[in-house]
This record gives sequence, C-alpha cells and structure tokens, in this order.
Amino acid sequence: MSTAAGGTPTDPARSETTGPARSETRELGGDDGSPALAGTPAADAPVLPPKGTPIIEVVDLGKSYGSVIALRDITTSVRAGEVTCVLGDNGAGKSTFIKILAGAHEHSHGKFIVDGVSRNMSSPRAALALGIATVFQDLAVVPLMPVWRNFFLGSELTKGVTPFKWLDTQSMKRITKAELSAMGIDLRDVDQPIGTLSGGERQCVAIARAVYFGARVLILDEPTAALGVRQSGVVLKYIAKARDRGLGVVFITHNPHHAYPVGDRFMLLRRGRSLGDFPKAEMPLDELVRMMAGGAELDALSHELERSMPDSDVTREMRAEVSGA
Amino acid sequence: MSTTAQAPTETPETPPGDERLAGSHHMAAVLRRPEVGAAVAALAILIFFAATTESFKMPAGASTWIFTSSSFGIMAVAVALLMIGGEFDLSAGAMVGTTGLTTGILMTEYGLNVWISIGAALALAVALGVLNGVLVMRTGLPSFIVTLGTFFVLQGCNLAVTKLLIGKVSVTGFQDVEGYFSGQQFFGSFVRLDLGWLPWVTADDSPTLTIYAATFWWVAVTALATWVLLKTRAGNWIFAVGGAQTSARQVGVPVFRTKVGLFVTTAVAGWLVGMLSLFKTTTVQSTTGVGQEFIYIICAVVGGCLLTGGYGSAVGAALGALIYGMVGQGIVYQNWDNDWLYAFLGVMLLGAVLVNNWVKARAEAVR
Repeated sequence: MSTAAGGTPTDPARSETTGPARSETRELGGDDGSPALAGTPAADAPVLPPKGTPIIEVVDLGKSYGSVIALRDITTSVRAGEVTCVLGDNGAGKSTFIKILAGAHEHSHGKFIVDGVSRNMSSPRAALALGIATVFQDLAVVPLMPVWRNFFLGSELTKGVTPFKWLDTQSMKRITKAELSAMGIDLRDVDQPIGTLSGGERQCVAIARAVYFGARVLILDEPTAALGVRQSGVVLKYIAKARDRGLGVVFITHNPHHAYPVGDRFMLLRRGRSLGDFPKAEMPLDELVRMMAGGAELDALSHELERSMPDSDVTREMRAEVSGA
Repeated sequence: MSTTAQAPTETPETPPGDERLAGSHHMAAVLRRPEVGAAVAALAILIFFAATTESFKMPAGASTWIFTSSSFGIMAVAVALLMIGGEFDLSAGAMVGTTGLTTGILMTEYGLNVWISIGAALALAVALGVLNGVLVMRTGLPSFIVTLGTFFVLQGCNLAVTKLLIGKVSVTGFQDVEGYFSGQQFFGSFVRLDLGWLPWVTADDSPTLTIYAATFWWVAVTALATWVLLKTRAGNWIFAVGGAQTSARQVGVPVFRTKVGLFVTTAVAGWLVGMLSLFKTTTVQSTTGVGQEFIYIICAVVGGCLLTGGYGSAVGAALGALIYGMVGQGIVYQNWDNDWLYAFLGVMLLGAVLVNNWVKARAEAVR
C-alpha cells in the first residue's frame, strides 16, 4: 500500500476491498514516491513498529484539578497493531483520560511513556508530533465541503511558488480516494459534500485522514455513540482495518458489545479509578459486561441487549469472537 | 485486432470515473454550482429589457448599466467572500465614502501628492478592516452588530470630519491637483468601442460603447476572487471557517487570520470603489456609499451565497451585481417609477434565499 502512511508492512485491507475499489487502489499503487506525496506529513511519518510493541504506556497516571481528583492510578498500554478499549460510564473519567492522551491536559501524577521515554505532553500539537491523533466526536468536518477538501483541510497540498501557490486538486482527490478505499470505503465521488455521507462513513473519513497524516496511535472518542447498530458495525470494521495496518488504537466507549469484538486489551474506568487493565485472554465478554454494569444490573442488561439486537452484525460478530476465544 | 487489444492499456489523463456516476456528471456538476440561478436570472433580465426598451440594448445605454454593475460588482464580490467566511460587513458602503473623502481632502486641502493621498486612504481602509476583524474575533459578537457600529461611526465621521476640515460636505476641484491625471489613468479612464455594426444600431444612434476602468477592475477582482476561492489554501479556509468554524480550528485552519483577512478585503474593495468613483465623477459627497451596504449583500445572496456562510461564489456575486445594474437602468428606460427597483430587489432577495436554502438542504442530504 504505497500511499499509506508510514509504509505498512502488510495490507490485509486490500484483499477485502470490493472489485472496483481494488483495481483503483492497485492502479494508484504505481504512484509510489511521486513528487506530490513528498513533503506531506504522511511521508515524514515514522515507520510503524512491529505488532505488539508498546507505543504508549501509562503507569499510575492521575489528574487532579485543584482538590478535585478526576483520574487516579491508571495503568495500561497501547501497542502497535492492537486495540486498547477504554470502557466506562458517563463521568467515569474517560474524557479526562482522552484529554491527557491527546495532549489537551497535562497529567499531574504518574508516568506517561511514549516510545519508552517519559513525557509531559503540553499541547495537542506535541501529541500529534509524536503520532498521537485524536478523532473527536464531532469529527472536525465541514458538512458543505467536498470529501477531498475535508480530507486535506488545514494540510492542503499545493503547487507553485509563494505567493502564487495553488491547490494540487488532482493529487488530493486521488489520494483521498485511494486512502478511503484502503480503509474499505468506496466512494462514488470524492467531490460530494461530506454532509451527504452517512455517520459511519464520515467517521471513516476522519479516521483515514488521521492515518494518512501520520498517526501511529489513533484515539477514537466514542465513535459509535451516535450511530445505529449497522453503522456501529461499519465503524468497528474500520477500527479493525486501522489496527491491521499496524496502528495502535485507543477505542473509548461505554458499550462492551462494541469493544469486545475489536479489542485486544480492556481498561475499565469507574468514578475516576481504573478497575483494572485486562488482556482479552483474561476477560470473557460476560465478565466485561458484568464489570461495566456493576454486577447487580447484569441480568437485566444482558437480557435487554439480547432482546434488542439479537441479529445485528455487531452481535453476530461478537458471538463469533466469543466462540473463537 | 491489435488496436482493440491495446485500447484498455492506454490510461486516461484523468483518474477513471466511477461507473456509478452517470455520463452527464459534468453537466450535473455545472448545474450544482451556486451561481447557476443568478446566471439564468441575468440572462432573462437582459433579454427582457433588450426586447422591451429601445435604449437598453443601444451602446450608449449599455455603457450606463455596465458601469453601475461594475462598481457594485467589485463590492459584491468582496462581500461574498466575507459571507462565505460566515461574516457580514455593514460598514462596506460607508468605507467607499471614507476612503474617497480622505483622498480628496488630502489632495485638495493639504496639497499632498495624488499617489500619497491614495496610499493614505488605502492604509486607512486596511486599518479599519483589521479593526472590524479583530473586534469581531476578540469580542465574539456577531459581525452584524460590530460592523453596524463601525458603519454608524464612519457615516458620522464622513459628515462631521469633512465639515470640520473643509467647511462643506463635498470635495471638488481635483482637476487642479498636480498628478491627478496619473491617478485617473488607473481609476477613471475608459475605452470606447464602436458597435455600429450591431444590426439594431441605426445611423441616428451613437455607436459608441464606453467601458470604464471600473469594469476592468470588476472583471479582474471577480477572476482573482474565484481563483482564490477555488484554487488556493486561503479559499479552502474561507469555506471552512464559514461552514464549521470549530472543525476548521481543530484541523489547524488559522481562523483568526482568515477572518481578519476577509474584513480587510472588503475594506480594500471599498477603497478601490472609492477611488473609481472619485476619479470618474471628480467629486466626492460625504454621503457616498451610505445605504449601499445592503445592496452588496443582496447581490451576494442573489449570486448564491448562503446567509449562514460556507457556501457561495464570486462569479455569482458579480452576476448579482449585473442583475442590480441592469434592473436599475432598465426601469429608467421603461419609464417606470424608480422606486420599483427596491420592491424588485426585495422580491429577488427573498426568492434567492429560498432557492439557496433548498440547494443547501439538497447538498447536505444523505444520498
């Protein structure tokens, strides 16, 4: 996958793309190292470490605002090619945790280690420079602008000499289409306003954009929260795609049924504390649901879930995953 | 046989189209442009007045409405850029008067060189544009309110300061200023075209079409604005800050710089129109430009700009101004009451807003 950020070693995404998208991707594969791509953030992105290498490790991480302790004793890791799920109800401290990871807030206790080096992240820009990109819930897209303009907004490719630089429209359209098909989304027309895409597709554009601009770690803030069951399944598929490309993914959600099929590691938050950080092997789904629901409400909840979405893609994927593990 | 075998290997210049897009893709793309409605309306109005009045289609008559459209067009294009960026500038009309008066007073009262006077007015316009932009961005108030304030300040100063300095409410007598004609070369000159060959121009009619400097500036400003909007990073940012400011900021678009730049653009356009009017009419009234700020906005909206920002076109705004110029003069040639112009503008505005909102809803609908 030549146009992919950071030279992914394998690209399982391609084998899964549909006919027209695949031929498109292959054709574009010949453009590797074209001048248009040189100097873009993606070209400068560090090479992704081998699968399983920890990119981010947090040890006893905590954050207090004055006398208010928002988060304490958080220990987990984000590894290349793995999905770390952060689960918790509203007010559990998820957003504080994201803000620390994204560089929006500095942590006040513990260690935040990136690539083996302990860091104090002072700004989102600093986090981005380390390859940590955050996709917030509102996705930072402009609905009336075409997909390709949104994809490159703020980091447009240009030709010519200052002050007469003009947009390299063709390259941007081509890269947008190729990057989206690599994520398994096959758009008719990258010129359509992004507002015309479905919620899941928009999420995918935001993910693909972060990947293209050099993300090694992708932080997804409740990407399935506002979506229906089918659309949530689509987004989970993209999360798996990003993982398979070798990125470390932090998937924040309050839905264990969304987290379980794609997650490799689960960190549960309640009232600003970690309930533990578990690899998938040590955490069956019903236990995850039990911990999320707080035990007592488990029966009612699982019953309700089984009844409300028995045949959905998510549930089916989840069942297969459980029997496989 | 060999030709058929080779045909598929020839890769087309452009990326291959998706087979799910119908063949009429380019036509559909043209019809989706925001300025289509204004183009159709302009053509209809042109045909109507050309068919129903004698003077409208004559070279001499056309000279008039082309000039009117030109100076409104320059402002409408600048105001359209600002509206696409999500803001209004109600001080744009008064700015025409302020810059014209500044240049005029500096030349006549203080004997300054014509180019220094023009430069001083430009500097003042830039400063006022920056002031508008910074006030809007720093206070977070709607630009409608902020620029309404600057509009009234300018309107008041245009009268009061002028009376204070020269004791009257208009500046005249530029012809005597040294170097005036070098300024006129840029802003007040004109070319004459002989259109005697047109079939409807008889020997009794004047065959001369006069095209003033303003028209060339109008075309240049429209072309430049279109290029910036569609082909540069700045244009991308203008659409983004008007369409979704928070999103734009999150992905690293310099929102503050973009918006202040837009306010400076309308102010500089005001200066340009101020100079064009000064060097064509050789007089500046203190009330010049006042009351025209809404016409610029109407032209931009008729040209397809959304009042809520994030959508529109410079060519559309130029066409909106052309419609205004044609109707304004066409009504005169029809011997109708001049006041019908305003009624017509109101109807055009309402119609355009409805059409624009419909277009926007269609653009945002999930396909």
